[in-house]
Amino acid sequence: MRDVAVVGFAQRQMKELDGSPTCLEILVPILADLYEQTGWTKSDIGFWCSGSSDYLAGRSFSFVSAVDAIGTLPPVMESHVEMDAAWAMYEAWIKIQTGEVDSALVYGFGKSSAGILRRILALQLDPYTAQPLWPDTVSLAGIQAREGLEKGLWDEAAMASVVARSMSDAASNEWAIRRGATSVDQVLAQPLYADPLRRWDCAPVSDGAAGIVIAAGDKALQARQRPAWISGFEHRIEPIALNARSLVTSTSTAAAGAAAGVDGVDLAELHAPFSHQELILRSALGLADDVRINPSGGALTANPMFSAGLNRIGEAAKAIWAGESDKALAHATSGPVLQQNMVVTMAASIKEDS
Amino acid sequence: MFHFCAMAPSTEQRVLHAPMKVEFDYTRSLGPVLSAFMSALKQHSVLGGVLADGRVVVPPPEYDPVTHAAVTELVPVSDVGTVLSWSWVADPVSQQPLEVPFAFAQVLLDGADAPLLHAVSVPSASDMATGMRVRVKWAEEPTGTIRDIAFFEAAGDDASDGSASMEFGAPEVTGIVSPVHLAYDYAASPEETKFFRGLAEGKLFGQRCPVCEKVYIPPRGACPVDGVPTAEEIELPDRGTLTTFCVVNVPFQGQTIPIPYVSAYVLLDGADIAFLHLILDIDAADVRMGMRVEAVWKPRDEWTTSLDNIKYFRPTGEPDADYDTYKHHL
Ligand SMILES: [Zn+2]
Repeated sequence: MRDVAVVGFAQRQMKELDGSPTCLEILVPILADLYEQTGWTKSDIGFWCSGSSDYLAGRSFSFVSAVDAIGTLPPVMESHVEMDAAWAMYEAWIKIQTGEVDSALVYGFGKSSAGILRRILALQLDPYTAQPLWPDTVSLAGIQAREGLEKGLWDEAAMASVVARSMSDAASNEWAIRRGATSVDQVLAQPLYADPLRRWDCAPVSDGAAGIVIAAGDKALQARQRPAWISGFEHRIEPIALNARSLVTSTSTAAAGAAAGVDGVDLAELHAPFSHQELILRSALGLADDVRINPSGGALTANPMFSAGLNRIGEAAKAIWAGESDKALAHATSGPVLQQNMVVTMAASIKEDS
Repeated sequence: MFHFCAMAPSTEQRVLHAPMKVEFDYTRSLGPVLSAFMSALKQHSVLGGVLADGRVVVPPPEYDPVTHAAVTELVPVSDVGTVLSWSWVADPVSQQPLEVPFAFAQVLLDGADAPLLHAVSVPSASDMATGMRVRVKWAEEPTGTIRDIAFFEAAGDDASDGSASMEFGAPEVTGIVSPVHLAYDYAASPEETKFFRGLAEGKLFGQRCPVCEKVYIPPRGACPVDGVPTAEEIELPDRGTLTTFCVVNVPFQGQTIPIPYVSAYVLLDGADIAFLHLILDIDAADVRMGMRVEAVWKPRDEWTTSLDNIKYFRPTGEPDADYDTYKHHL
């Protein structure tokens, strides 16, 4: 395996982007940030991969317009996934592993505020027996949360403490949408929004975009003195049928975590758009109690579709660059109620690798 | 089917916004398992699939999730069941089973071993409880889809199991149609907004790339060649050169212009990208590459934020442009 590291990360999040669903106006400055961080230009990037969805944009091939942000003469090697850009990064990492390229820039974008997000996401469900009922994202998460509550796997206070910690930590994240010092009592004082969920248990609808640069070996060291070396990169998926898996555990996260290796992790950025989902993920990964969870505030404080997973990787990498972590874990999810899960581990040193 | 509305001018917001609807039907054929399931629903009966381990699952999966063998045995289950978990929908969205607040629930039908996700109609969240007994409320008009179960309603304690039985012939339902209606608030980019607002004043705004100095109209936010913001604004004249064209001879639905007519790329003077428009006031047979053309605008009081403000382009009568002046724009 080639040693590959995260060397650049830039993001933009907002409650409502007053601009086009191609998000070109925020992608252009994100790419400029990434060039500045790495000292590179377009010609240093060997491969480009993006994550977005036409259902969110309301127009077909919206990712093609976003390619304008790159500038494509001479032509670039480019690909796209209809998933969170964390999966675009996986494709880019594989591309680097093949030896065909040494570096890649991945980006994700989405304007969730253009439609009713919880409704549009019903289109990712089984199209024969589930989607025709338009089960919205919040309702499915509510069913999942209640099952755990009533089985005694977690309680309201545990959910509220996830919310309070996330919003308090997000106070120092300039990109967080919902932030500020918050107590468990303040969370519990909120009325129920989608019984059993309170609004703060659900990530805010968010617009945004993000980009990450990854590179192999010496190319990575050229861009950054202390890169975040990828030590494990795995993803697993569970059945689409909601009655063919347990909703209160996450076997795919557990399997991805076991394969990626969570030993020695001191910080974890978990992509949990609902408070109880963080509890499921922590349990599936078997993280020790002293592991710092979501110092950025996590997806509960800003959850831009198609970049929130990539943001988790970027935030974890940033902690390594800054010397705040020696081994960090990032998790991304895709599909309804934690159907598909990815785990990336990154370390400050590559000595433990292969 | 796609519906686009003209961009409505808006003073409060930075960019132009307009409602947009995207509507289409998914027509899906069904395999043997779902054909039987949907056919049974149409006759007010619910079928479960029998898995290799003997469990009965509703809706029936087409393949066993463990052995991956095709599911071939279907058995009727009750239309009465028990709520395993639920979530309250205080604010239903379009096309959900109920338009008033309801619960989505996992319902374990009597005779089944895995729950079915569906709606439960009760007056309020306080009328819902895990463990409550619910019964299928059948839709008035059967369609052979999961929507034949309109929703579930409270069954009460004295509900019989009402185990359905039926004769299975050849499945009647072999496909479903899923209508999808999506509504968006469509926003133009800041550059498009400038372009459309300019049109409302009879002006044509493009933008110049600071690197390659090419002028784009409509402006596009970033130069697709260089990937840099196209910041410098350029006002362009409403005349230019016809670069290439086609003669439309085939009538089509919604056609408003008598055929034959000419659709052409017009390169405005000073622009580096041509755009498509209509050419009139000339016999189609006389249209040629390099012909000089000018815009014919609608009356000023009909102008909106739309390229339709220009009704068409017509010949100016100037000598044709040299091929060299537009050969790079073909
Ligand atoms: Zn340019």
